[in-house]
Amino acid sequence: MKHSSEYRDPVIAAKLLAEITELVTDYPGVMTLMEVCGTHTMAIHQHGIRTLLPPQIRLISGPGCPVCVTPINYVDHAIALSRRPQTIIATFGDMMRVPGSSSNLLREKAQGAEVRIVYSPLDAVALAEKNSSVAIVFLGIGFETTAPTIAGSILTAQRRGLNNFFVLGAHKTMPTPMQALAADPELQVSGFLTPAHVSAVIGADAYQPLVANCHIPCVVTGFEPLDVLLGIKMLARQIIAGEAKVEIEYSRLVRPEGNRKAQQLLAQVFIPSDARWRGIGIIPNSGLDFRPEYADFDAAIQLPVTVEESIEPAGCRCGDILKGKIAPQECPLFARRCTPQDPVGACMVSSEGTCAAAYKYGDHD
Amino acid sequence: MCLAVPMRVVTIEGDVAICEIDGVRREANLMMVDAVAINDYVLIHAGFAIEKLDEDEAEETLRLMREVLAQGILPE
Ligand code: SF4
Repeated sequence: MKHSSEYRDPVIAAKLLAEITELVTDYPGVMTLMEVCGTHTMAIHQHGIRTLLPPQIRLISGPGCPVCVTPINYVDHAIALSRRPQTIIATFGDMMRVPGSSSNLLREKAQGAEVRIVYSPLDAVALAEKNSSVAIVFLGIGFETTAPTIAGSILTAQRRGLNNFFVLGAHKTMPTPMQALAADPELQVSGFLTPAHVSAVIGADAYQPLVANCHIPCVVTGFEPLDVLLGIKMLARQIIAGEAKVEIEYSRLVRPEGNRKAQQLLAQVFIPSDARWRGIGIIPNSGLDFRPEYADFDAAIQLPVTVEESIEPAGCRCGDILKGKIAPQECPLFARRCTPQDPVGACMVSSEGTCAAAYKYGDHD
Repeated sequence: MCLAVPMRVVTIEGDVAICEIDGVRREANLMMVDAVAINDYVLIHAGFAIEKLDEDEAEETLRLMREVLAQGILPE
């Protein structure tokens, strides 16, 4: 497969690993590198990269899985909407099993709620067009990769004159939480593999303030094994040289300025807002709200429902997982009471979640 | 959920392209990308092309990766 297989050559991978090992031989401590992207989490587990690295390099996962950082009251809100008459919930499949306080969407669907899995928010717009007497609510979660697709769908619905397409929004934006994590003395992050497809939208330059404020190296890295290894090598080289700058390993898809058209879509429909991250709390300026001009599409405003009071699942350590403070195995529920078939916390639901990736790739033995 | 895949553009009609990879075909909205042509690779996420793949940069990254082969460090 073009643009994929080329980046998986095992001979080059072995060479890159040897180079990395040599590079850090004399490094006196351990460098902690954090990735903040669910696809990196999966790739690193899938290719066993963590176990191949020399002991001087420790890889940890941050809050990079959009489903995992979505707060429980959002899930409860979606469930309350699914119980509304004449309403169809349209969602990416990952949201179906995320536990709310007392139910999840899969269970609601089994009990008669109209919940449809869609591949694109445009599919939800098409649903609205076909079912003009029904309210279609799309669950708008995700980072800057996904948010422009929601903005584009809202503009499409507007252009088509639809008044029954709504979005329950909980979008999150990226560089801000990384700043909080970089400043956390307990974590001691030495460098970031920045989220790749978020970076395609916001551009590598978006990390310049983070680099300047926290003196922490950032490398925009792709997802294939050779990408990840090259990204790690670039970070290690900066750390050893005492440098902190933004570098782009993933230059085939990420430009310094990012995708201006996507940024423009975001700016047209959304304004930056404070946002609640599951297990972490409110981070100022880390989310997106609807601009008042697009309030007609905001399900939270247009379709009032009573939402139950949220109760976090007892014993779940998702908060510490999302901050990279503990590994999944350190959660007492991991692989015992909490499995992908019967998840307790959100990190076990999405395949991009740190707990789900650790479970799937056998780190639970 | 964030999954995005590079796919090759097969046909373009207005704002919509049909793209293909490994025999799988998908529709992609082009409102976020400029000047896409047949046979370009685009990164597809949630029904939208979110970026165009830069072939020159792709070659350059591969060259950097292959360079390690010439450097004589033996794999362990
Ligand atoms: S293993 Fe389950 S309960 Fe424990 S932190 Fe992960 S998702 Fe939460």
